[in-house]
Amino acid sequence: MIELISQHPFIAALLALLTLGLVFGATLGFGAVKFAVEGDPIVDQINAILPQTQCGQCGYPGCKPYAEAIANGDAINKCPPGGEAGIHELANLLDVEPVALDDEHGVEDIKKVAYIREDECIGCTKCIQACPIDAILGAAKLMHTVIVSECTGCDLCVEPCPVDCIDMIPVATGTSAWKWEIPDRDPSHNANIIVTDNTNNQNGHAA
Amino acid sequence: MNHIWDFHGGIHPLENKTQSLSKAIVTAPIAPQLTLPLSQHIGAPAKAIVQVGDYVLKGQCIAEAVGPVSVPLHAPTSGTVIAIEQRTIPHASGLEDNCIVIETNGKDEWRARNPIADYTQLDKSMLIKIISDAGISGMGGAGFPTSIKLNTRDDTSIDTLILNATECEPYITADHSLMREYADEIASGVAILAKIIKPTKILFGIEDNKLDVVEGISAALAKHDFAVLTGLATEAEVITFPTKYPSGGEKQLIQILTGKEVPSGGLPAQLGIVCQNIGTAVAIHNAVCLDEPLISRITTVTGDAVNQPCNYHTLLGTPVEFLLAQSDYQENQSARLIMGGPMMGFALANTAVPVIKTSNCILAPTEQELPTPPPAQACIRCGMCAEACPASLLPQQLYWFAQGKELDKLEEHNIADCIECGACSYVCPSNIPLVQYYRASKVDIKQRKVDHQNAELAKERFDARQERLQRLEDEKIAARQARQAAAKLAAEKRGKEDVKSAAVEAAVERVKAKKAKGAQESTGSPETKEKENQANIIATESDDPIARAVAKRAAQQAEDAANPENKLVRAVASAEQRVSKSQTRVVDAEANNDENLALFKQAAEKAEAKLTSAQQALIDFRAQNSAQE
Repeated sequence: MIELISQHPFIAALLALLTLGLVFGATLGFGAVKFAVEGDPIVDQINAILPQTQCGQCGYPGCKPYAEAIANGDAINKCPPGGEAGIHELANLLDVEPVALDDEHGVEDIKKVAYIREDECIGCTKCIQACPIDAILGAAKLMHTVIVSECTGCDLCVEPCPVDCIDMIPVATGTSAWKWEIPDRDPSHNANIIVTDNTNNQNGHAA
Repeated sequence: MNHIWDFHGGIHPLENKTQSLSKAIVTAPIAPQLTLPLSQHIGAPAKAIVQVGDYVLKGQCIAEAVGPVSVPLHAPTSGTVIAIEQRTIPHASGLEDNCIVIETNGKDEWRARNPIADYTQLDKSMLIKIISDAGISGMGGAGFPTSIKLNTRDDTSIDTLILNATECEPYITADHSLMREYADEIASGVAILAKIIKPTKILFGIEDNKLDVVEGISAALAKHDFAVLTGLATEAEVITFPTKYPSGGEKQLIQILTGKEVPSGGLPAQLGIVCQNIGTAVAIHNAVCLDEPLISRITTVTGDAVNQPCNYHTLLGTPVEFLLAQSDYQENQSARLIMGGPMMGFALANTAVPVIKTSNCILAPTEQELPTPPPAQACIRCGMCAEACPASLLPQQLYWFAQGKELDKLEEHNIADCIECGACSYVCPSNIPLVQYYRASKVDIKQRKVDHQNAELAKERFDARQERLQRLEDEKIAARQARQAAAKLAAEKRGKEDVKSAAVEAAVERVKAKKAKGAQESTGSPETKEKENQANIIATESDDPIARAVAKRAAQQAEDAANPENKLVRAVASAEQRVSKSQTRVVDAEANNDENLALFKQAAEKAEAKLTSAQQALIDFRAQNSAQE
């Protein structure tokens, strides 16, 4: 063996590389079969970020198809309900630069839910058929109503209503939903912000 | 003296506590109207159980707890409910929320009170129920329902009860004055707490700027034998430690007194510690020993814009402006109105908002006292914020991530451990309102979690709907296929008959064609013979007897057309058969004396005549043929 290596270093190297190649190839081949992933995991990851409103504003019939389209290289800025935060998350996941929301597909809006003016409802069931997540209850010729906690505000039920009795109403922002805004540089906007003892350092100093 | 520890960071802002301590606690008069928000605590808002127009007595429950994390609400004095509506609440948002408004009648008429003679006879769950029914939530600032904090699981043994008398924030002296004047009530509340959670150690933490009360508190605590209450060798100890902001934070106080750090995202109970504010202890004493629910509290009114700063024993729901008026408030000097301290408080939207369970201070500073912050400058990366942070976070990093809305990074950098004390903003030489960034980002992170949960739910519903639609579609397709299969089967059955009649028709067609041909060429060609054979095959092979008969006849006709002599021969044969048959019948009839004998004879004669004519026709045909040949 050592003789062979010393006598024919070139052939020995070739053999060694060939053996390594075969071993690795076999391992990879085995791994590819053994640990094969069904479906496209990136699609699921993208889909998990999308807001699942199923509104179709992106031009695809639902969030999953858009997730598939993004996985195939479509732009990440076509989802108004996801908004800027959604674009940031997608950009992080896909390691691309975040871009501004494409206005062509709509603008980021406050969360709204559908509301059926119930005395005007004729019970045509058209909105029930339009709702992508079955958030509207009712039966033919009987009043319909929206399950507010389930409604994603996708807007798809408004169009089919023949008597135009569905409104999109902004979700009430109580104190629990209220949030501080990120301060801007203008101090006059920060008038409500306390923690200001430090200005003249009235004998106060850091520990 | 017990060993004390230090926590990371912290600041020493100007205390400004003396102003409001010069006077004893003043019991505020009853305001003409009390506004009681239904949500004065952390958790689900209470649900009003009174109606507009109801007369309520002092201490009467007017709103009940909804769900486990909630506390009820009681009428602070007697009067009439004049509204249950949206009113501006004391909250940083300045938003409105549901409130019960009571018009007071000044009688201060109590409901029937049934104080418990000896609470030591009650068990833990009953005491907790009393506390829960009294509407007690943490009086220190956060307002977490006390009963939940005390209702520790049996598998977590609590060995330390910490009483938080730190009151580290500048200006506020509510707890300080409470300790000065209500030491016995505090001690009684501590005894009840000890009875409930059975600690082995009771640590009473006081900052060293309140040393004047230590003696009184120690004396009051000495009146109770905690070892008897808990059945353990429990001792209560008053511990003083150097003043530093924010040592009153629960986690910071635990570290000062025990040297233990509450793990990130964990609770003090994990370390066997329960921490209670002394205001809460007094409320517990009132609830258990006097049957008085939480309807009042001590609130500091201070700041340079009030001429008589002091502490008020005030009913909950009292409008801030009413209290301010008691203290000779100079509105024109006031820069803004703050509820809470200068570090963690918030500016009030208007002066009509009420005092609630968590309102420990109303601060009315002048512009000189608390000037408007100068514009924020760029971060110079001095790192002072990191040095000041009591939670050992990296405020500077968090600031960048908050600006870039990188919520994942914020979470990785433990923004959840930020106690929003404002020490970072206080020390920032660039005047960056750092804590505001964290407050905003924390809500964003919370909101994102909620959004993701909702998205998950929506996805589930969407998938369920898709599945249902698919199933319906599949059922439709299956039904259609079943119909098609049935139709095909029926058609096949019909189709077989069609094939038969088609064969017959074809045969008839062929015969007709042959006849027409036969007129021209009298003898059958090999082609026509072949067709005859086909018809014969059908005639013999077909299942249907009618078809067979029809085909047979057609075949014979075809044969006859090809060879007319055959027909005549056959006619003779059949005539002969009939003659013999009719003769047999006649013989039989004669033997039986049949009445139809005459008819039979006639038929036999006819048959004979037919035979003769047939024979004659054959002879003629043959003669004709031979003549032609």
